[in-house]
Amino acid sequence: MMSKADWATLSNNFVYSSMGIIFIAFISFAFQTAWSFRVVPQDLDTPNPKSVKYTKAGRIGIALTILGFIFLLSGVIARGVSAGRVPWGNMYEFSITGALAFLFAYLVTLRKYNVQWLGLVVTLAVLLTLGTAVTLLYVPTAPLVPALKSTWLVIHVCAAIISGGVFLLANCVAAAYLIMDRYQDEDGNEHRPNWAKQLPTLAELDQLSYRLVALVFPLWTFSVIAGAIWAEAAWGRYWGWDPKETWAFITWVAYAAYLHARVTAGWKGKRAAWLCLFAGSTFLFNYVYVNIWGAGRHTYSGL
Amino acid sequence: MSYEIKTPELGTVGLLRWLWRQLTSMRTALILLLLLGVASIPGSIIPQRNQDPTRVQQYFVNNPTLAKVFDKFSLFNLYSSTWFSAIYLLLFISLIGCVLPRTWEHFKNIRALPPQTPKNLIRLEEFRTFESRKSAAEILVIARAHFGKRRYRIRDCDASVAVEKGFIRESGNLLFHLSLIGILIGVSTGSLGGMRGSAIVNEGESFTNVATSYDSLSAGRFFKLSDFPPITLKVIKFTATYDLLTNAPLDYSLILDVTESGKSNSRRVEVKVNKPITFGSTRIYLQANGFSPKVTVRDNTGKIVLSGAIPFLPQDGNLTSIGAIKVPDLTPTQLGIVGSFLPTAERDKIRGGFSSYPEALNPRLLMAAWLGDLGLDSGVPQSVYRINTKKMDRVGLQSLAPGEVWEIPGNSNNSNNVGSITFDGVTQWVNLQIVRDPGKPFSLLGAVFALLGLLISLFARRRRIWIRTVVGENTSNSRVIVEIAGLSRSPGLAQEIDALVNVLKEKWGDDE
Ligand code: HEM
Repeated sequence: MMSKADWATLSNNFVYSSMGIIFIAFISFAFQTAWSFRVVPQDLDTPNPKSVKYTKAGRIGIALTILGFIFLLSGVIARGVSAGRVPWGNMYEFSITGALAFLFAYLVTLRKYNVQWLGLVVTLAVLLTLGTAVTLLYVPTAPLVPALKSTWLVIHVCAAIISGGVFLLANCVAAAYLIMDRYQDEDGNEHRPNWAKQLPTLAELDQLSYRLVALVFPLWTFSVIAGAIWAEAAWGRYWGWDPKETWAFITWVAYAAYLHARVTAGWKGKRAAWLCLFAGSTFLFNYVYVNIWGAGRHTYSGL
Repeated sequence: MSYEIKTPELGTVGLLRWLWRQLTSMRTALILLLLLGVASIPGSIIPQRNQDPTRVQQYFVNNPTLAKVFDKFSLFNLYSSTWFSAIYLLLFISLIGCVLPRTWEHFKNIRALPPQTPKNLIRLEEFRTFESRKSAAEILVIARAHFGKRRYRIRDCDASVAVEKGFIRESGNLLFHLSLIGILIGVSTGSLGGMRGSAIVNEGESFTNVATSYDSLSAGRFFKLSDFPPITLKVIKFTATYDLLTNAPLDYSLILDVTESGKSNSRRVEVKVNKPITFGSTRIYLQANGFSPKVTVRDNTGKIVLSGAIPFLPQDGNLTSIGAIKVPDLTPTQLGIVGSFLPTAERDKIRGGFSSYPEALNPRLLMAAWLGDLGLDSGVPQSVYRINTKKMDRVGLQSLAPGEVWEIPGNSNNSNNVGSITFDGVTQWVNLQIVRDPGKPFSLLGAVFALLGLLISLFARRRRIWIRTVVGENTSNSRVIVEIAGLSRSPGLAQEIDALVNVLKEKWGDDE
């Protein structure tokens, strides 16, 4: 029989190992990008030493990302086992689960879209999140405070974390759009440097960030509704403009504006990408600022 | 004055109509929604009276000038301020003005057919053309059957068929916006017809829902106390359990005996943090808890002038609590005791006395006694946890364990003891929050339908496709030319048209 402490140690080991693995994945992606300066897409069709190296680095990166995902998943599960509950009781746990959701969103998108090149950004973001989690946010496992003992914790937080992961991915894509946009001239012709030639076209990037947002916006809406239902049961009101609720509303409005701007006003490209980044940053602000410095009732973050 | 705009001739009616049209445009609604988002930001940074009144008071002390400016713009009660309400009321008027006519229009179109086939299909999206050996009529029959199976609406035109799908997208969109209006109805019903009150009750004591029993009570304009039938709640037992390592609370449980109006026998219920008890649209929540030291105060003749459990306010996770014992009925001067209660008292050099665990394992009551005028008759409302010692003199300090007595010394005018205080023990209090919200069901239904509408309007695909047959003049064997094209705002049109082309080609053996 493993004790709670054993499980907690196991979880930490998994999380640290996944960081190590993802770090190597990051290095592979970095090499791939570096080599891509010298590889042009035409080279990829004809096997030559350069393109073989290039493709291999990308494959290794992806394989390691998947492995890192599995380790992180094990870490999150072991954390839950050690606490005897869902692993969403404090900011350390939200952060490792959030990183997991983000990786998952990336791997799922990878199956359908040519987003291997995003690996560099994704692994970096995951490393930063996990790094902050293990150094600044780490707390030993502890039981939940009474306010969090509810089925709604599972529903509301799970939906919020998944939405967060996908919003973050959409932000990465929108940022990539803005970078690639600089290589487009007035007539719409793209003059990308070599390293960027593998990347999807601007139109594809634009579509992808829109699809990601449109896909999780209902989930985000659901998460806010579930939060409201829970707040009604826990605090006696379903909406009280507590800082976290206020920022959830602001995020919701920002993404609603983004979707409207695209669908009704026909916004595309640069303006849409900036709006997407803005909406995503309101989400991040909610997570970082409101949890750490904000007052209000979402103060279980354990800091 | 501008000459181009014929404002004078527009007249008041015309102007109003113009304003209404502006207000109810989609654009205005969107801008108002964004404005609402921006307007809600200050409230998440500046403390709010209804959430944290003490922090607001603190703000007034720390930044008096800024606080006054903020107060002028209602920034301490932002979410109930006139200007904030104005934004969301305008938003909802705009929404209603925009959505209701559209809903009616949509309803009238329920049986509408797709538009006629345009003359020039080449200009549309995904244009395809090929020659077929079969007759024009046969081609149109198979196209109709193909789309009929896929639940398109079909219109027969001259030598062509027009099909359309995705009517439900607009239905979803309208459902979403109408549901938002449902949420507004829920919120306003709740705030006009609801109420919210709280009461601190010691273990063993009872609460009855008459207006005087509440420590605080705020009610909507249309709420009547008779809306909430009489009920008596007796606090039988409150249990808090804590984690031995971190001192964090694990569980709170409150046992109540409930006696409803017109019933003689009571029933026993348990209230927990996430499990309020419900009476119709009223619910009762366990909101906070703390310790009440039990004390008896006697005057110098030994007569009891005050006896009971006095709720103290927790200050930290280990429930170090502060409170005040006010004894106005002592002669010749009033007595006030400023107290701290330590549930598990410990001492060290740095902190002095402090509490090391949130349960009453080694309770101690630390007191400072003050004699003079408590100022209770001044008309200024006072906190029950604090004493205004402006007109009082401190006469002594003491720390008591349960069962101990302190003879309170007199002041400089009169050095005899003024009386005594006995620390009889400790009990716990709970803060019950009583909330009535008749609007809840509307808001919930509104939210659920809004989500449903959102899903439909985001994921239903809308598209139109036209199929035309042209009997070719310059084709041999009197082949028929088939032209297909479509219009769509959602992805997937190409696949849909390819599927049709395949069906037409396969079934009829047209290879090229
Ligand atoms: C109207 C009600 C509520 C809203 C709008 C709301 C909003 C949110 C939002 C936006 C997040 C996303 C993560 C972030 O960006 O920080 C979140 C997370 C969370 N909420 Fe709520 N919430 C509500 C009620 C509640 C209640 C009643 C509880 C528990 C007592 C709760 C507990 C949590 C927890 C544990 C998280 C995950 C950690 C975190 O990110 O802070 N929420 N909520």
